[in-house]
Amino acid sequence: MLTPDRIVPTTCPYCGVGCALQLHIKDDFIYRVTSPFESVVNRGNLCVKGRFGYDFIYHPDRITTPLIRRTPQTAGRRTQAFDRSEWREATWDEALDLVADRLAEIYRRDGPEAMAVYCCAKATNEDNYLLQKMFRALFRTNNVDHCTRLCHAGSVVALLKSLGTSAMSNTAAEVMRNDVFIVTGSNTTENHPIIALQMKEAVMKRGAKLIVIDPRRLELCDFAALWLPVKPGTNVPVFSAMAHVIVKENLVNREFVEARTTGYDELAQSLEKFTPEYAESVSGVDRHLIVEAARMYARAKNGAIYWGMGISQLSHGTASALALIHLALLTGHIGREGTGLNPLRGQNNVQGASDSGAMPFFYPGYMEVDKEENATKWERAWNIEPGGLSRKRGLTTTEILSNAKPGGVRALYIMGENPMMTEPNLNLTRHHMEQLEFLVAQDVFINESGAFADVFLPAASWAEKEGTFTNTDRRVQRVRQAIAPRGQARPDWQIICDVAARIEQRLGRATARWNYEEPEEIFREMADVAVMLKGVTYRRIEMTGLQYPVPDEAHPGTPFLFSETFPSGRGRFFPLEYVPAAELPDDEYPFILTTGRLLEHWHGGTMTRHSQLDALFPQPLMDLHEVDAARCGVKTGDAVRVSSRRGSVVLRANVSPKTNPGVVFIPMHFAEAAANLLTIDALDPQAKIPEFKACAVKIEIARAEELPTQKELMERGRY
Amino acid sequence: MADVTLTIDGKAVSVPAGTTILKAAQGIGEHVPTICFHEHCTANALCRVCVVEVEGARVLSPACVAQVSEGMKVQTRSERVQRSRRTILEMLDSAVDLSEAESIQPMLKEYAADGERFADGARRDHPLLDDNPMYIRDYAKCVLCWRCVQVCADDAQYTYAINFGKRGFETSIATFFDKPMPATTCVFCGQCVGVCPTGALKPKREWLLQEGATPDEIMQATRAERRRKRKA
Repeated sequence: MLTPDRIVPTTCPYCGVGCALQLHIKDDFIYRVTSPFESVVNRGNLCVKGRFGYDFIYHPDRITTPLIRRTPQTAGRRTQAFDRSEWREATWDEALDLVADRLAEIYRRDGPEAMAVYCCAKATNEDNYLLQKMFRALFRTNNVDHCTRLCHAGSVVALLKSLGTSAMSNTAAEVMRNDVFIVTGSNTTENHPIIALQMKEAVMKRGAKLIVIDPRRLELCDFAALWLPVKPGTNVPVFSAMAHVIVKENLVNREFVEARTTGYDELAQSLEKFTPEYAESVSGVDRHLIVEAARMYARAKNGAIYWGMGISQLSHGTASALALIHLALLTGHIGREGTGLNPLRGQNNVQGASDSGAMPFFYPGYMEVDKEENATKWERAWNIEPGGLSRKRGLTTTEILSNAKPGGVRALYIMGENPMMTEPNLNLTRHHMEQLEFLVAQDVFINESGAFADVFLPAASWAEKEGTFTNTDRRVQRVRQAIAPRGQARPDWQIICDVAARIEQRLGRATARWNYEEPEEIFREMADVAVMLKGVTYRRIEMTGLQYPVPDEAHPGTPFLFSETFPSGRGRFFPLEYVPAAELPDDEYPFILTTGRLLEHWHGGTMTRHSQLDALFPQPLMDLHEVDAARCGVKTGDAVRVSSRRGSVVLRANVSPKTNPGVVFIPMHFAEAAANLLTIDALDPQAKIPEFKACAVKIEIARAEELPTQKELMERGRY
Repeated sequence: MADVTLTIDGKAVSVPAGTTILKAAQGIGEHVPTICFHEHCTANALCRVCVVEVEGARVLSPACVAQVSEGMKVQTRSERVQRSRRTILEMLDSAVDLSEAESIQPMLKEYAADGERFADGARRDHPLLDDNPMYIRDYAKCVLCWRCVQVCADDAQYTYAINFGKRGFETSIATFFDKPMPATTCVFCGQCVGVCPTGALKPKREWLLQEGATPDEIMQATRAERRRKRKA
């Protein structure tokens, strides 16, 4: 029997649920992960990633020394270097000096518009706060964004427009108090497994009714009272038809609508055309299901809505989320315990990175950059001359790369993200990456994006540093150092401080402060201005995290929002139109491709593809319905070439009950058959989120030799 | 709910109706040993080591599920209770490898269980099952507490990948048709590993480390080789 040297409590680095972990360590080797049964977030339960997916930190391909490219890279001719022989090892001083020299040089020559940064939803609040501070304070640019743009930007914009704030309104565990709840555009069992357990429990033990609205027949459908198999990209007509039924059948919560909302009459008028019959004709969902779902939700005592990327990752993602918000406002299912509007955030710290200002429109605490009083506050905090900070909104994630050209973005700093896997239309992304003049990657592995870099800065993993993550229900939780950083790897916040101090010196700026002893000092600096976090201290979250807003140190945190009012005053209705997906199937490209994630993998794969998790799901598969399989003449295991107007991949087919006729699914994780080679770079006009969830593809039979791997198909029994 | 008054080891105690004897005893600081019981699983009274003597009752009562009643008189450490617990532990020890059962080892000492008493008895010998990258199953160490089956089912995961196989002394935890774990509905959440009290279920990395493998060897043994097609 092994006796651990120590057991370190920390927070899981994978999804937004934010499960409590205990790392069991012997000789700096983590050999077991458990979770305290008292944890309010996950009650001792974990998923495969949380319990077994930490081993990437010991992977032999991990980079633990600063690296510099041997062949100097130039704009327009930048290449990827995966092989270590294409890099030379450098000292930290040399690497940091090079980064500072080049960034300062480009800034002096081309000004703020040439500089851009991708912050990281995997890194801590402190890391993200410092990185956005570096670009705002030193380079005077708001070209600061991260993968939230690719994930819930549509939801964030919709919630801000309608209610004035963007996070989940309720605590995830409140699902136990729902009697009816809608899950839409979310494969919760695979992507937020612990919230899914609570959903299942609500159904199985508390008699709650679940309505699933999704183009895939997900595992949750086994627990659902109703499943509305909506065609990708037709959410607005379906949700609006539900609203139509609610209005026509007098199921509107009049009292709530009158007291707390505005714009009802215009909405009601706009809903006239969204009859269930019309919705059926565009979405393929039986009109009776729409009527039944509307009645069930409206008549609930406590109704709630949970949604994922299937709502936001569309060229009308904002409208799609607004249509959902309408349902809650019409029925008054918000502002009470066990009700609410709950966008399930993807990354462990996507909420926190957004809160910490890693966005082009906001300083930390969602303070708009184009408001004078906000800029003034941060100028004081960062010791910047009045008028020094940029008042201009910056470029978003996708715009940063599409502006990588002479006269546009010249230098990019990537902390922990992997746009070469996660941007839509990767062939175009590749072209953009090649145009950069200087690229810094700060990560644990050389991933598809870091391979383009000039300098690679080896970062400490989540188990090797201190800080905080903020989970999907706004809970700020501690991350603790469990083992020493591997090799010469260093925590992100320390690397940023060292780079920033060097740049500051080169630019001759007054210091904005980069000499922190502990991450808590960084958090304090942020929370003193971003007042929603003011009452959070490391001491208070030692055992259990606090849910912001926490306005002062005596405040107990806020489990659910909007009990009295909305930050915008009244909840606002917005009349909507149905805009189809940017690319619809036709004779040449007859299938709709929708993309998403798998239980065993994580996003661009930087972590999970270097983990034993990869052994559980080692190769990409395309799910298709048996009707389509027969039509294409393929069976499970066959090699197929899937092509869109933008690219093509070869992978094995998997005939699956999870899909509907006409819709195929490819997970986003596999570089060898990257789903995003196929996806379309159409953006939502307001949120700038790409349409990952719908594009047109064709399927052809390929030869087995064309497969990226000859590995046999593994027998898996999980749904 | 109305309160019920009873005495436990001579001490009077009032608890809400529906409380188990185990909880009532814990409330006044009386320790009742348990093996299969887990705070976050449904109690099933399988192991019987928590038995107590209730005055007037024909047989011993399992404290983890037996509820209190008005005027009940409970002995948690009577001679009959002690003897029963000792026998249970001796039988377990004779049939199962308890070497890694952290919670049971101290009980063997406390109840002076004689490891030789059933020395001639059959042992539950099972080969170690190493059929997936995440955890091993060493059912020679399994005391059939049922926690893993429960968390795989309605106590946590609603996945139903494992259950009891065979019957009587042959009983063991099994997958349907003894399929390897990846071929079952298992989602590898490891909830089962998290509640296993005896080391029968163990992360593969922990098992390899215990077997003397170095961290590098463990990485090799748990990693599927992957070759990336790279553009030049």
